[in-house]
Amino acid sequence: MEFIHALLEYTFLQKALLTSVMVGIICGVIGCFIILRGMALMGDAISHAVLPGVAISYMLGINFFFGAVLTGVLTAVGIGYVSQNSRIKNDAAIGIIFTAFFAIGIILISLVKSSTDLYHILFGNVLAVRSSDMWITLVIGIIILTAVYAFYKELLVSSFDPTMSAAYGLPNRLIHYFLMTLLTLVTVASLQTVGVILVVAMLITPAATAYLLTNRLSVMIFMSASFGALSAIFGLFLSLIYNVASGAAIVLVSTFLFALAFLFSPKQGVLFRTIRARKVKSALRDNSLKG
Amino acid sequence: MTYAMSVQNLFVSYHGNEALHDINFTIEKGKLVGIIGPNGAGKSTLLKSLLELIPKDQGVIEIFGKSLNEMRKKIAYVPQRSDMDWTFPISVIDTVLLGTYPSLGVFRRPKKKHREWAYHCLEKVGMEKFSQRQIGELSGGQQQRVFLARALAQKADLFCLDEPFVGIDITSEETIVRILKELRDEGKSVFVVHHDLSKASTYFDELILLNKELIEVGPVREVFRPEIMMKAYESQLTFMKQNEVTV
Repeated sequence: MEFIHALLEYTFLQKALLTSVMVGIICGVIGCFIILRGMALMGDAISHAVLPGVAISYMLGINFFFGAVLTGVLTAVGIGYVSQNSRIKNDAAIGIIFTAFFAIGIILISLVKSSTDLYHILFGNVLAVRSSDMWITLVIGIIILTAVYAFYKELLVSSFDPTMSAAYGLPNRLIHYFLMTLLTLVTVASLQTVGVILVVAMLITPAATAYLLTNRLSVMIFMSASFGALSAIFGLFLSLIYNVASGAAIVLVSTFLFALAFLFSPKQGVLFRTIRARKVKSALRDNSLKG
Repeated sequence: MTYAMSVQNLFVSYHGNEALHDINFTIEKGKLVGIIGPNGAGKSTLLKSLLELIPKDQGVIEIFGKSLNEMRKKIAYVPQRSDMDWTFPISVIDTVLLGTYPSLGVFRRPKKKHREWAYHCLEKVGMEKFSQRQIGELSGGQQQRVFLARALAQKADLFCLDEPFVGIDITSEETIVRILKELRDEGKSVFVVHHDLSKASTYFDELILLNKELIEVGPVREVFRPEIMMKAYESQLTFMKQNEVTV
């Protein structure tokens, strides 16, 4: 109840809540494609790689959004280039490129700003969300949801069967970089809620939870977005009550939801799998006793 | 005369290693064609390079007398089963529905009539009872039939199948062969990468016999002869002969 009172009373809290719910939703939506395409590491890489972009934007006095998109996409291209043109495998290429970008970002930030700002970018500070940040998040959210709705068919077929999509003429590589651009936008939107380090959790955990609960991509997207939003609400609530870091609280709520699905999902959960396996074994034993 | 497939001077390599060397052939329309050859002969490579799924170094390919880009939407490709992610959250009917995507273009969505058509294609391969299952819950042969249904849903003129009979049950294999022959009888062209020589002569009208180079192409009765097959399988056979001597 206190939480609701506080929510009605303080506008900074309303902004924080709205922003983090939007972030939960768009991370959940994009996250589905990230995990289905086996690009969880890529999500981690891009989220870290926006750091130098943010620093450069600050130096130039422009909105951090532009610099972040630039370095995010550069990282995606760099990773693709290294893994396609050498014997280095994709995961190693990711490790090489994103850490380089991240290191550049840390150096740039330490040159121009105090360490508190670095801390906020790395771990988020949702209670300091300004109106302009909220609007940027909203615009990014609308772009993401429209893009996914408009190109749903193409994203589905190129994620499931890239050979078929290439065979009938879809530009797979363009779709990949398009998705990387969306991923960068999502990361930028998430900077203030959960920060660079933890955004990968918001991308992967709700989507993975939904993946354990359904066999339909469309349902998975809606579930994942809902889990993202729920994590944001309860995480923010817990962070206020116990006065802990909001980003970390949001992430742990989503981890808790994942744990529930992991244990209790009717088809994929550990519990029901064990029960089914026991039933089969005991039926076999009964049969062999009769025989 | 326009051919279903006309290939001139096709060269393909992977990182500087030659995979296909100067392939030339023409295939008439309405034929069921087997692409055969020993392991590593470049059978799948040929099929993929015909559809530009992998880049070629050189060569001119015409499909029904036109360039690939003009014909893409009329070509159905059935991938090797091992290339697929079978845990993907998609049902059998939605997998078949993907076959209607090429004709829909970017912004149109499948409607009720497309779903009905997809269901009809599932019936043709005898898999309609499984329409709501997730694709990973099926056996290998059932999965292959679903992918054939997807190819049917595309209403293609050219069907390309990569090793469709690997690791599948006999019922599925018979169903697939029957449907491929029906397609041929309707005047469609069908290309199948195949490695089991025992069935090659009964399944196909024409054979493309490969071993990095084109060994022979033509009607089954002309290609499927010991002295010609020997040319492609020579290296394997000499190996066996050597072993016999030492054993």
